[in-house]
Amino acid sequence: MGKLVYEQDITSIVMSDHDNVATSLKNVDEGETLLYVINGQKEAVEAKRSIPFGHKIAIKPIQRSATVIKYGEVIGAATMDIEPGEHVHVHNIEGIRGRGDKAEGEQNR
Amino acid sequence: MNMIKGYRRSNGKFGIRNHLLIIPTVICANHVANRIQQAVPKSVAIPHQHGCSQIGDDKERTHKLLGGMGKNPNVGAVLLISLGCEVIDAKVLKQEIEEETGKPVEWLDIQDAGGTINAIKKGTEVAKGLFLELEKVPQVDAPISELIVGVKCGGSDATSGLCSNPALGKTADQLLKQGGTIVMGETTEIIGAEHIVAQKAVSEDVANKLYAYVDKFEKEVERIGADMRGGNPSPGNIEGGLSTIEEKSLGCISKAGTAPLNDVLSFAEEIPGNGYYFMDSPGNDIECVSGMAAAGVHMVCFTTGRGTPTGNPIIPVIKITGNEHTAIKMIDNIDMDTSPVMKGKETTEEAGNRIFETIVKTAQGELTKAEILGHQEFSISRISISL
Repeated sequence: MGKLVYEQDITSIVMSDHDNVATSLKNVDEGETLLYVINGQKEAVEAKRSIPFGHKIAIKPIQRSATVIKYGEVIGAATMDIEPGEHVHVHNIEGIRGRGDKAEGEQNR
Repeated sequence: MNMIKGYRRSNGKFGIRNHLLIIPTVICANHVANRIQQAVPKSVAIPHQHGCSQIGDDKERTHKLLGGMGKNPNVGAVLLISLGCEVIDAKVLKQEIEEETGKPVEWLDIQDAGGTINAIKKGTEVAKGLFLELEKVPQVDAPISELIVGVKCGGSDATSGLCSNPALGKTADQLLKQGGTIVMGETTEIIGAEHIVAQKAVSEDVANKLYAYVDKFEKEVERIGADMRGGNPSPGNIEGGLSTIEEKSLGCISKAGTAPLNDVLSFAEEIPGNGYYFMDSPGNDIECVSGMAAAGVHMVCFTTGRGTPTGNPIIPVIKITGNEHTAIKMIDNIDMDTSPVMKGKETTEEAGNRIFETIVKTAQGELTKAEILGHQEFSISRISISL
């Protein structure tokens, strides 16, 4: 589990050094720079879109169908190529688990 | 060693509240149960929609839940109200609660009593008598090692996984260190993180039980043929920044702390001992908290990002947020704010200590906001069709 870094200028949080997304700690405007800490280093990423408080921003390129990593664990897969700085949410990633819509369930026969 | 205050029941169990509980055994008895409750305002009633046209495991689940509510040590006396023709057997419930707990349990049947007015009249007299008996139960001290706390999250957003759940995890560790008990539920909300929960299991058998429950839920989603998203994560979760069930689950599991997982229990199964347990349950807030209450937890610590009013008729529910906006907007309902952690003004441990202090105060009789406002949500989780 990542540690929150107690510095005033840190505007987003990365929960594990393996993550490819950060969580924004404020409402971010397009073009704004977010600071986060990974591997003990302060890094920056420029937001390509406005990103609401609590939402995710890509900090590494994520290819289509590659896994999205938060807390050092898989939270889903990308449905399109995602560049650093992109808002990462339901429009470009999807869960892999609990997908009855992909099974031969009652609704899909 | 922290001490808590409450009531020693004759079976040796300790409760932190002293409720007179009125249980309708079927929906048809709700109105009579509610009117008796109104006549004896310090009693609580648990109206619900079920109790008839149920079979098999589904019927058993309803029976277990109603019985468990009566057996919870926060309840000092029980009045059962039946109609007389339902599938839930009030006579068996009465016997079970009496034999296992030694509490006074009375039973009134509407058909026997001769209709609504007679039943309300008789029931009110009986309830008043039970209430006077309860008033005589002395308040005593007990060690905090007797405390059983449910940990739950609902209306989660990104802050739940970042600060309120990790803080509650520190609290859980503290309580377990003092010999207490932690119960985590919500099988749907460990999907995608079950391997991490299972890693802490004391045996392979316990880990396999956990995997089996998760598998059962996931298979059911597949049987229905729907995508879980929209149901879980809910629209509110998604608006709060959670994109998938896996992400939500990974944020959820830190609230149980770091202790080994003793065992995995079925829904509403009585908590067998001290330590950390997982209880199979839906993620649905009210169904899960009701199941925990029926399993015998004394209180629930409930983390929420978006805010929730959830309470329960017989157990205190402490509401904890990690979202500074929610802490202000939902001040009526939120007992604790852990958002200073997000700002670096407090460590997760410090927030965990604050939650622990609140648990101790609540277990000494201090009321939660849900109790002050009279939030008494209760519902019965169904697993089959009505006939």
